[in-house]
Amino acid sequence: MSTSASHDTGSHGSVKSYTTGLILSIALTLIPFGMVMQGGFEKTTVVMSISIMAVLQILVQLILFMHMNLKTREGRESGSFVFFTALILALLIGGSVWILYHLNLNLM
Amino acid sequence: MTTNTMTNHDFPISGDHSDHEHHDATGTKMYAFWIYLMSDLIIFGSLFATYAVLHNGTADGPMSGDLFELDFVLIETFLLLLSSFTFGMAVLAMNKDRLQQLKGWLVVTFLFGAGFVGMEIYEFHHLIIEGFGPDRSGFLSSFFALVGTHGLHVTFGLIWMLIMVIQLSCKGLTDRTRPRILCLSLFWHFLDIVWICVFTFVYLMGVL
Repeated sequence: MSTSASHDTGSHGSVKSYTTGLILSIALTLIPFGMVMQGGFEKTTVVMSISIMAVLQILVQLILFMHMNLKTREGRESGSFVFFTALILALLIGGSVWILYHLNLNLM
Repeated sequence: MTTNTMTNHDFPISGDHSDHEHHDATGTKMYAFWIYLMSDLIIFGSLFATYAVLHNGTADGPMSGDLFELDFVLIETFLLLLSSFTFGMAVLAMNKDRLQQLKGWLVVTFLFGAGFVGMEIYEFHHLIIEGFGPDRSGFLSSFFALVGTHGLHVTFGLIWMLIMVIQLSCKGLTDRTRPRILCLSLFWHFLDIVWICVFTFVYLMGVL
């Protein structure tokens, strides 16, 4: 019962959810491109806004296109793995940039 | 004795819940594919870290702001985004058992993806001809490694898509072809997500 219900609605999406995802993604693509191409904003503002919009668009696609959710058991399994990978990536990228940036400064 | 209990134990389960077990098999395949995708994400993460570190190592060559054309990248982004959407439509067609519709959407997705790869090859070719190939500087090496790895993934996704269209024509929608389409859809959306990071952190921030 419960599996067939999640089949129809949540886990495999609908035309509506994909269209919503597409419209949100287009908006979250056009705004950062517009901000950078038009110019006239302060650099830190632009960097902050386009980073936030990238994260938002990733969430939109994970939830609406890849059907990540925390309601079904399958969703929780893959979801927890995604969070774990996000942690590893934060350590990997953050750590590399942090250490090597300082190394760069010391070598110059 | 152990085999006896095993068979006694196994038989009623596979008899009663065969539908449930089939669903679990697909679920296990999808979970395994998520694990693959996340390990692939670590590769991209390392390449992003490399790019971030080498970004200023231009060896007196061109900087990122001199090379990137944002309107070109915007079109590439739209091709990939639309292909992600059309693949979603393909999965919906599969859920409704509409084989011809599914193949049609796969072909549309393939064309968008091929357009993306074509534009990327054009961009790389253009850069190399101008003398800004991966051998020019550390910045360009890491740029070609990162964007090229993504492009290779998209290319392999296109090959997989072509194989699926052929397989669907021969075998139709079966318990074996359905999970393959679902895995390919995850792969395709995943590449779109990686591209979001590429256009934000490489192209947009490179021009700033």
